[in-house]
Amino acid sequence: MAKKMKINDVIELLKDADVEALEGVTFEGDIELEIDETAAGIDSLFAYTMGQETAKIGLYLLNLARSVGYPVDQIAGMPAQPLAPSVPKLSKLIESKFSVGTNDEWKTQIQEVTLGATSSDGGTRGHTITLGGEKALPYYFDAPMPNRNYVTIDVFDMPIGMAKAVKSNYEDVMEDPGEWAKKVVKEFNADLVTIHLISTDPLLNDTPAVEASKTVEEVLQAVDVPIVIGGSGNPEKDPLVLERAAEVAEGERCLLASASLNLDYERIAAAANKYGHVVLSWTQLEINAQKELNRKLMKQCGVDRDRIIVDPTTAALGYGLDYAYSNMERIRLAGLIGDEELNFPMSSGTTNAWGAREAWMVSSPLKEDSDWGPREYRGPIWEIVTGLTLALGGNDLFMMMHPGAVKVLKEITQTLFGSIKTDEIDLSNWVAEVVA
Amino acid sequence: MKVNSPLQVYKYLPQTNCGECGEATCMAFASHLLDRSNKIEDCPPILDGKYKKKYLELSELLASEIREVIAGVGETAVKIGGDDVLYRHQLTFFDPTVLAYDVSDTMSEEELVGRVKKISEFKKFYVGAFLKVDMVAVRSTSNDPSKFKAAVKKVTETTTLPLILCSFNPEVLAAGLEVCADRKPILYAATKENWQQVSELALEHKTPVVLFSPGDLDELKTLAVSFKEIGINDIILDPGTYPRGEQLKTTFENFLKLRRAGIKEGQKDIAYPIMATPITSWMVNEDPITASYWETVLASVFTVKYGDMMIMHSIEPYALLPEVHIRSTIFTDPRTPVRVDPGVYEVGSPTKDSPVIITTNFALTYYTVESDISSNDINCYLATVDTDGIGVQASVAGGQLTAAKIKETFDNAGFDFKEKTSHNTVILPGMAARLQGDVEDTTGLNVKIGPPDSGRIFGWMETNWPPK
Repeated sequence: MAKKMKINDVIELLKDADVEALEGVTFEGDIELEIDETAAGIDSLFAYTMGQETAKIGLYLLNLARSVGYPVDQIAGMPAQPLAPSVPKLSKLIESKFSVGTNDEWKTQIQEVTLGATSSDGGTRGHTITLGGEKALPYYFDAPMPNRNYVTIDVFDMPIGMAKAVKSNYEDVMEDPGEWAKKVVKEFNADLVTIHLISTDPLLNDTPAVEASKTVEEVLQAVDVPIVIGGSGNPEKDPLVLERAAEVAEGERCLLASASLNLDYERIAAAANKYGHVVLSWTQLEINAQKELNRKLMKQCGVDRDRIIVDPTTAALGYGLDYAYSNMERIRLAGLIGDEELNFPMSSGTTNAWGAREAWMVSSPLKEDSDWGPREYRGPIWEIVTGLTLALGGNDLFMMMHPGAVKVLKEITQTLFGSIKTDEIDLSNWVAEVVA
Repeated sequence: MKVNSPLQVYKYLPQTNCGECGEATCMAFASHLLDRSNKIEDCPPILDGKYKKKYLELSELLASEIREVIAGVGETAVKIGGDDVLYRHQLTFFDPTVLAYDVSDTMSEEELVGRVKKISEFKKFYVGAFLKVDMVAVRSTSNDPSKFKAAVKKVTETTTLPLILCSFNPEVLAAGLEVCADRKPILYAATKENWQQVSELALEHKTPVVLFSPGDLDELKTLAVSFKEIGINDIILDPGTYPRGEQLKTTFENFLKLRRAGIKEGQKDIAYPIMATPITSWMVNEDPITASYWETVLASVFTVKYGDMMIMHSIEPYALLPEVHIRSTIFTDPRTPVRVDPGVYEVGSPTKDSPVIITTNFALTYYTVESDISSNDINCYLATVDTDGIGVQASVAGGQLTAAKIKETFDNAGFDFKEKTSHNTVILPGMAARLQGDVEDTTGLNVKIGPPDSGRIFGWMETNWPPK
């Protein structure tokens, strides 16, 4: 940008500078100078001793003086025109301070939602877990994150096919959901357990809702962490199954997974209200559908705000994670700036990462690819990166399967959350010090 | 970018609708300048002297908020930085994170050459193209200029990928430059101790330079302001990537702060590309698998949040595959369509005995299935059902993939099974097995259930095709 100033201002400015030889130079009239700050051609020494701003003004003044006949070149030791662009050499660094503001658009807090109920609240869980409550994007410096991320590990009510790297951890407990639940809590450090009642699917075992609810009781007795109850995904049967499961788990403040627009969400919402649970509001990568369903749950079904968690759908790394990530980030940003139909904690079916062929296939089906290497190392990192990316997009609760992936995801999310302390590292000579 | 409507841009254009840029009108060209699918230099008239002032003004207005730095030469040159937004859904992120992998000057020649070859040859097919990695970082672990020079020379003889020369010793960097300055490498790094000598090298050889100030943003800005003053503009900032604990949390916050200052607050003197060094994972993890995993975790964090370039060590497939995929995830342009047109497509040269395979119109699903089929030289018809751009598993769950939709796809395409096939059979994706009965009833066709992953179609065909 060019600044305009009058010549008398310039002289005024230069008054205190050591340019005595210019004294007595007068100009008639109001001559305006356009001073281009990006113009090259300022003598570096002059610039350095006088400061850039003054130097530029002085230079223009001298040029002007020259143009009206003053022998300025002999005055200040300035080089003759044209001034070759020369680079100022610095003898020392120009000390600067860095600062940046906080985001003042984030005025709305994400709803806090508690899962599990202890005996003091009419449940039997050993502790509760609270999700949400953020006032900024996750791990941002604008506002501390009140609650960390949590991981719930999947347990199924029947043996299912799964990737070899996952299956090897569960082969001994697959026939017994109670033992399976104990294992994920005790050995794999699950914060919660998800019991998926997939055997109720009419295309699988078509287990009646009453019988499936016994599995829920079994899991509640086996572990004392809060639990998530999942159906089979069959839109006709799920309301029935979840209703019955909600009833046997009355007062435990479980998460019912899930209410969606393609099934009778009213029944699931009613079951949550009646028996004291939380609803997982599930939509498919569509922010407006998420708003619609949340609105219906609140307005039409009377679900309290502190009983809604949203699952905007998780697509695996390489298989639509870009949509899943941006969808979550948009939902979280909308919530923070005041959309009260979207400011809820979020949950991710991170296990979906195992659907990616890179996670489980022995080798690439495409002969042109470089070698994919051993699959037992590809799968867990696929689950980790899928979850981690969504953590950065605002996801709070992760539904996962591989114990190694759970461990690493917890480590990175809790590091960014700020609860992992370690010795300090000196990086100043890392280039030579990294030994690998 | 300081402008946001085509009309604002149009004012600076010649407004002659000459069409030389390939667009019908100057207004169309203006809108493509805004979405960065065209460059100003695509307009020959504006480069003419009489528009010079407007050209310069418009260049200034359209410049990305974060400076774009170019390293390397020719086809493998990389663009670093260049971003305009803080969130990808606001526009798109430009210039995908540049991924560099290291070698060191104390490696045996055999090991060095082997690594460089693996780095340059790595490729992973994905949605119609190959994902690859970009650079080789040569680290001086010897601190010996002659050894470094020899290692750099060997690397340049082995690959055309651009280089990062890594040492805090200016003499070592100078020795490296002697054999590769013409390849426009990046100098890593200038610090508060060596800045004078390193700045001279960068000026003399016109190479981009990284400013390194671990954990101290005041000092980093001090270096950036000083280098700018010296006349160096191709600057990359390294605020230090601490591999764990509270220092890692601070590192993450530093990336956020730098990018917010550059984009949201328009602080030009700090609006440079940022780089991360996930390789520091190897300073705190002894077990190589743990170190590699954690390195990929760090690489993912800083790919998602604002790392424009990074240096890693592990070149194991379980590191490279997630790293190239998370980069593609974050840098895929969200403005490109997510779905393909529904219809019945021919893959290869199908005959009456060829299978008819069903998939969805989610672009990713379609391209994955299509490449699996064509890569294995299978001739078939691929029926692409309109599922609103949702993949198989999700659209079965969500009700977008149904028997009625499948019938509609064949009806709309005028695909007559009696005429086109000898078998009257469709193959459903394994993930859509539950639709089998419905599809049989609705279409009257025989339905076979394919594998759950199209990568297995080839093997599946061997035992299941032709139908008995």
